[in-house]
Amino acid sequence: MTAVITGLGVVAPTGIGIEEHWSSVLAGDTAIKPISRFDASSYPVRLAGEVREFDAAERVPSLLVPQTDHWTHMGFLTAEMALADARIDPAEVPEYDMAVVTAASSGGTEFGQREIQKLWSKGSRTVGAYQSIAWFYAASTGQISIRHGMRGPCGVIANEQAGGLDAVAQARRMLRNGAKVVVSGGTDASLCPYGLTAQLSTGLLSRDSDPARAFRPFSEDACGYLPGEGGSKLIVEDAEHAASRGAGTPYGEVAGYAATFDPPPGSGRPPTLRGAIENALADAGITPADVDVVFADAMGEAGADRDEAEAISAVFGPEGVPVAAPKVLTGRMYAGGAPLDIVTALLTIRDGVVPALPEDWEIHPGYRIDLVRGAPRRMPVRTALVLARGYGGFNAALVLRACGT
Amino acid sequence: MDTRRVVITGVGVVAPGGIGTKAFWELLTSGKTATRSISLFDATGFRSRVAAECDFDPAREGLSPQEIRRMDRAAQFAVVCTRDALADSGLTRDDLPANRTGVSLGSAVGCTMGLEEEYVVLSDGGRNWLVDSTYGVPHLYGYMVPSTLAVETAWACGAEGPVALISTGCTSGLDSVGYGAQLIHEGSADVMIAGATDAPISPITSACFDAIRATTPQNDDPEHASRPFDRDRKGFVLGEGSAVFVLEELGRARARGAHIYAEVTGFATRSNAFHMTGLKPDGREMAEAIRVAMERARIRPEDIDYINAHGSGTKQNDRHETAAFKASLGHRAYEVPVSSIKSMVGHSLGAIGSIEIAASILAIERGVVPPTANLDTPDPECDLDYVPHTAREQRVRTVLTVGSGFGGFQTAMLLSSLDRLAA
Repeated sequence: MTAVITGLGVVAPTGIGIEEHWSSVLAGDTAIKPISRFDASSYPVRLAGEVREFDAAERVPSLLVPQTDHWTHMGFLTAEMALADARIDPAEVPEYDMAVVTAASSGGTEFGQREIQKLWSKGSRTVGAYQSIAWFYAASTGQISIRHGMRGPCGVIANEQAGGLDAVAQARRMLRNGAKVVVSGGTDASLCPYGLTAQLSTGLLSRDSDPARAFRPFSEDACGYLPGEGGSKLIVEDAEHAASRGAGTPYGEVAGYAATFDPPPGSGRPPTLRGAIENALADAGITPADVDVVFADAMGEAGADRDEAEAISAVFGPEGVPVAAPKVLTGRMYAGGAPLDIVTALLTIRDGVVPALPEDWEIHPGYRIDLVRGAPRRMPVRTALVLARGYGGFNAALVLRACGT
Repeated sequence: MDTRRVVITGVGVVAPGGIGTKAFWELLTSGKTATRSISLFDATGFRSRVAAECDFDPAREGLSPQEIRRMDRAAQFAVVCTRDALADSGLTRDDLPANRTGVSLGSAVGCTMGLEEEYVVLSDGGRNWLVDSTYGVPHLYGYMVPSTLAVETAWACGAEGPVALISTGCTSGLDSVGYGAQLIHEGSADVMIAGATDAPISPITSACFDAIRATTPQNDDPEHASRPFDRDRKGFVLGEGSAVFVLEELGRARARGAHIYAEVTGFATRSNAFHMTGLKPDGREMAEAIRVAMERARIRPEDIDYINAHGSGTKQNDRHETAAFKASLGHRAYEVPVSSIKSMVGHSLGAIGSIEIAASILAIERGVVPPTANLDTPDPECDLDYVPHTAREQRVRTVLTVGSGFGGFQTAMLLSSLDRLAA
């Protein structure tokens, strides 16, 4: 069984739709702007990557809007777009052959804050009936399976930012177990007062107020990251199933994957991202020389950047592989971040062009990585490695490979 | 894939009625219940004011002051269970091959208690929507993301292999163990610390279930409030707790002479794609999950000796799964004992699936089927053998345990003693 990706749906700060997102990424148009979803003027972080063009009232069936959080609203649209892109009509696929597995991170944060606020300001009887189905981490998976009549296995992996890769790996397992079409990926939205406040507690957010300089992964003045929202959905499909319905050439194959976990702080043991990369390459049956580009986790925090740069240069050699970090344009999107990187990696494979950071991006002299800067780099790309890490020690690596010759 | 088999070699339980496997099993076989009036918060004014609470003192269970401060109650449960499961399996964290050891922890609602308690402070009692971030505790983000529960578990056992937090609502505790077993089957790990935890007895969770009338309003007689399959049931009783297992590849477990409770022989999930909270009475998708799990395990209906039911004590659930057992097992459904331990320990959302696995493997080990407490007057539409009131001694070689949850998720798992094929 070969797992291929046949459809993409994007709702991201860089655009709604694949081509909108891709052209913003290639142009280097940043979506980092002052937060507009609420009055953030009293908070020490006021910048984020918001999906500004998204209006749930226009994009989500009206019955479902009040039942679900902003996170799921974007989840509905990404799933719908990905199915359309794959030219799959769920009504024509046997119900148990269709599965859903998404990544989740903070759940229905804004919806949840609203209801807890009602509870504590007006009393328990004012909590609405939809809180029970909108807030919990499985809301998007459940709603998507119901909306499209998908009765196969369902799953939710909540590994913070790493979860998007873990979910796609789980989609591949579901195909190995007999499913034919899996809706995977994820979205996230935690830009409400409580969501932002919770993120502040990690000390990992950048407090720089200059949108052009606040999120500087791999630079000497890296000072933290900025939050983003949105994400993407991917249709992960059994290659034979895709071929039998005449789906055309898929975007790529899910060729390899591995996950590791870092030892606790202070243990003296080394971080494990390198092991995840090596195991993912082994799973794909390839060597480092086969990898054409790496999409970095690019956290923008000095220690995390160093760990990642060291892992990449240890596996691929100093400046041994082009490294892309398009998340500087969107901020860190948690459950939606890695799925969006998968989309960008697949478009890189499709078009043979690696997105670049600005020309003047100063890379830390201690990091021996070939961070693509200046103009997007035109080159044939057959194999891409996507990296993601989740808060607390999660590492995941996913290998994507071009289909056909 | 079939050559790698997965067995359970250690178990840790924190459940209402007592901490540890011994207290848990004594409660289940006594037919007594651990449901009571809510003491964890002032439930005055709530529709449902009963719950199955754990008498849990984290310091007495060995957690350090910093662990207690940092961890939400759900994380505390999971870490205590993890340490107990390792000890029970005869392993220390130094015995585990770090890079071949993973974690798969389930939770439906994550660190809800911590999130809500901190919200009350940050919003100054619900006064301010623009919460005051200067009052945020350093581990607040750890409460917002449920992944923290898997992180704490990984730290407790020293895992450096694949770690995951599985959050499929009320099937989380079966799905997490199924996920862990699959990672061993496919060769991604040799040992998985797998289980689930939830500590949802808080105002916001109670208010959620009040709003949809899912929990029982039978507040005057808490000990008898959880009544699965009984005509007079009025909804489920919220619970809390955790169970964590050491899953090992069979060859490894045998090589070290480990005590083996049971093998995870079958697992499957399906979704009803019908409604986020509603169930169709025909139980069709749960029946399909059971059929697929049996097929993968190469187990026939007549091999099943006991069904550990979801048995939440809502009318729609009890009828839904009764229909599912009949549809998937045929006449065997009428012969095999079925019971719901939720009658005794309540419904701890994502945790209960793992707690029910613990009950299932103890049933295999001890040859005793736990009863369904409070089953005084069976619902005429629930006409199977639900083992009312009293535990039953009988040989148990294979157990079917099922879960059903919000989102429409249906999960079936089969657990078998290693001698089932020889018998």
